[in-house]
Amino acid sequence: MVADFGYGVIVIAFVVALYSVGAAIYGERTKSANWVESARRAMLLLWPLISLSALSLIYLLVTNHFEVSFVYEVTSREMPTYLKVTAWWGGQAGSLVFWSWLMAAFASLVTLRKWDRDREFLPWVIVVTSITTAFFLSLVVFYENPFAEFWQGPDGKLITDAGGNAIKSIFAPMLNATLATPTDGNGLNPLLRHPGMIIHPPMLYLGFVSFVIPFAFAIAALITGRTDDRWIRITRRWTLIAWLFLSCGLVLGSRWAYDVLGWGGFWGWDPVEIAALMPWLTGTAFLHSVMIQEKRGLLKQWNMLLIILTYSLVIFGTFLTRTGVLSSVHAFAQSAIGPAFFAFIGVTFVVSVALLIYRWPDLRGETEMKSMLSREALFLLNNLLFISILVVCFWGVVFPLVSQLFTGQTVTVGPPFYQAATAPLFAVLMLLMGVAPLSAWGHSSLKTLGRAIWKSAVAALIITVILFFTYTNNPIALVGFFLVALVLLVTLQEFGRATFARVRAQNENIFVAFWRLVGRDRRRYGGYVIHISMMLMAVGILGINLFQVQTQGTVSTNNSLSLSGYTVKYDSVAQFPGPDGQQVTRAIVSVYQGKNYLGDLYPRIDYYPTEQQNMTIPGQRSTLKDDLYIILVDWQPAAANGATFKIFVNPLVNWLWIGAIIFLFGIIIAAWPDREVERIPAQMRSIHQADKQTDSRQASAAD
Amino acid sequence: MGRTKFIVGGVLILAAVVYLIFSATKANAEYFMTVDELKAKSTSMAGQDVRVSGAVVGDTIQYDANTLMLTFDVAQVPGDQKEVDAEGGLAAVLHAAVIDPNRARLQIIYNGPKPDLLKNEAQAIMTGHLDSSGVFHADELLLKCPTKYQEAVPNQVGG
Repeated sequence: MVADFGYGVIVIAFVVALYSVGAAIYGERTKSANWVESARRAMLLLWPLISLSALSLIYLLVTNHFEVSFVYEVTSREMPTYLKVTAWWGGQAGSLVFWSWLMAAFASLVTLRKWDRDREFLPWVIVVTSITTAFFLSLVVFYENPFAEFWQGPDGKLITDAGGNAIKSIFAPMLNATLATPTDGNGLNPLLRHPGMIIHPPMLYLGFVSFVIPFAFAIAALITGRTDDRWIRITRRWTLIAWLFLSCGLVLGSRWAYDVLGWGGFWGWDPVEIAALMPWLTGTAFLHSVMIQEKRGLLKQWNMLLIILTYSLVIFGTFLTRTGVLSSVHAFAQSAIGPAFFAFIGVTFVVSVALLIYRWPDLRGETEMKSMLSREALFLLNNLLFISILVVCFWGVVFPLVSQLFTGQTVTVGPPFYQAATAPLFAVLMLLMGVAPLSAWGHSSLKTLGRAIWKSAVAALIITVILFFTYTNNPIALVGFFLVALVLLVTLQEFGRATFARVRAQNENIFVAFWRLVGRDRRRYGGYVIHISMMLMAVGILGINLFQVQTQGTVSTNNSLSLSGYTVKYDSVAQFPGPDGQQVTRAIVSVYQGKNYLGDLYPRIDYYPTEQQNMTIPGQRSTLKDDLYIILVDWQPAAANGATFKIFVNPLVNWLWIGAIIFLFGIIIAAWPDREVERIPAQMRSIHQADKQTDSRQASAAD
Repeated sequence: MGRTKFIVGGVLILAAVVYLIFSATKANAEYFMTVDELKAKSTSMAGQDVRVSGAVVGDTIQYDANTLMLTFDVAQVPGDQKEVDAEGGLAAVLHAAVIDPNRARLQIIYNGPKPDLLKNEAQAIMTGHLDSSGVFHADELLLKCPTKYQEAVPNQVGG
């Protein structure tokens, strides 16, 4: 009953979404404000409708309605209620509903804004967001129905297809069929029961969905021909919010891998991880290059291309995480929705690019890029580097498919490929982070740049030499640490210089000056905070990748293993039932550094009988210098017989998480609402226009 | 003049990226094969880094916790997604592979902790090399358990 209701409402929502697309286009064509208003109201109806359907689904999940196949697949009786609720996005069908629900919410938020001077964008924003929502709803309606149920014939036997698989359907597959209710469900994979993993998918999805909004405005700008930077200004905050959520999602996913997967790392260059990274890369490039358009009126075509790419990668990312096309530890879900995804990505990409080509002449730059060391040129280089990293990632992901296609032999590339190919690109990006803030808009020369940077460069070099004698002689690490030191020094120097300038000019005390400085240009200084955080994260990544050491061994009680200055003594092991119905086996080890007792750690193995699966939870001790990471591998019931441990020492990795927190903080600074101001005065605009008239040939060439 | 500068710069960057991608691909490419394919090319592939996937045969899992020496057999499963779909999905394919005694099997040796997901009818993806006696030495071991998550047939239908 509830399932029928939930499905019915989804079908209605799908029809309403299609109606809003049609009404918006018709209203725009006939210049009828009433039709556009009708489209807007239809789109506002989507969120309540999908919410109703989602509530039905949650009701079914929480009340153990195992006759519904989705409920059967992702929950079981012993799961606590909050996990049953979050199981909503734990499986493919539910997560598609979740996606549509978020999309509808964001689209509604956008249409509720004041449209006064942007009224011409409205119908097209509705069209793009409603088409996207309708696509995801169509997957739910036609392919992956979370409300489909199991059926049994009059003989009490489960109705199956020819292959022996249970038929899942919202309607009875034959006369006299009744609902079949399994006694218990499969349950959520215990590996996914980590808090990081419960928040991770919604964060990623929030990031994915928010990127649709700037895309919708970009398309609106292309169609209406209003190709100035208005669409960028309207959606600047949406872009930052998208970036915030996507970054949060990536960080949480990494932390989950570090805490739960127990291989001592946080990032495995798994296709699904890369799927989330790719829109982040184009989004980051986009965030940088829109500044060039706002300040210099350049790179307009490029910005359009970036946001179109980001949108396609968002859909592609959703597709990769939700289907089994690529071998991956993450790809829990497999289904038949692949062709639908490819068709949708293909059509939207081709249409968007066609629009871009149509408007290409209108999107010419207003000035010409002259100096290779000017800030805009360095921003362009930054963009090219992000796109290069994207190309590396994309190549790595599709290479198995490509090689299969051309040679008939599947050839894959693993983490070493990504590391080898991206490391130099990341290094140049770091160098740019050090140089670009010192360069000027319009024109910079080696001489002016050199004068600005030499002090920081010398100081960074001295730090590197000290590290060479005291810490490491690994050349890659030294190059990395030099770049980190350079960027940190340059950025801090920028903060210091500007703060002291205010202290002198405004006669403020240093804290007030700093506060007002950041407040006056949040985007710039938020960006600098993000650069600092990136450097801290780089320290962590260099540390764990270059200096990780490990050992493993079996010891009996009161004996110990040693690694990198730490001694780990095995004290005891105990077994007891855990709160989620799992059987916990927990070892107690005491950790010493030399003779100093540092404390106890509790590596454990949780066994989930329903799912017949183990979950290994490491014992961790984190310091700024290194992490001690102990995995209980195996154990004997009598503690004296011994237990096997695998121990990692991960130097500096904590800086990764510290950097991640500062990073999120930096985005919040940059995205903090302030009054909308037109930064380029009208007069200057007209000068640019005049430039454009005289130099239009050269200007287009410079693009 | 200004324009040439940027074009030359762009071409240099492009060349560098292309070089990076191709050299990294060449140095790190791994052949992804099914058990049948690997057995058919065992001589030419000996010593070469290969990725192989198969269904874990539960009875053959042996694990020595003292030395962390793990051995098990994997049975041939088709690598093509179309074939997998035609045979009723991954779970069905894995099940059929394990119960069929005539399927080609490959012995795997792996040194390290036994993964939580290693059990009967799991899909295993190993990276490593084949030795001259036909035993596969895995450096890396990935596991997927489709039966526990999606595409499952309920096994205990009540009223």
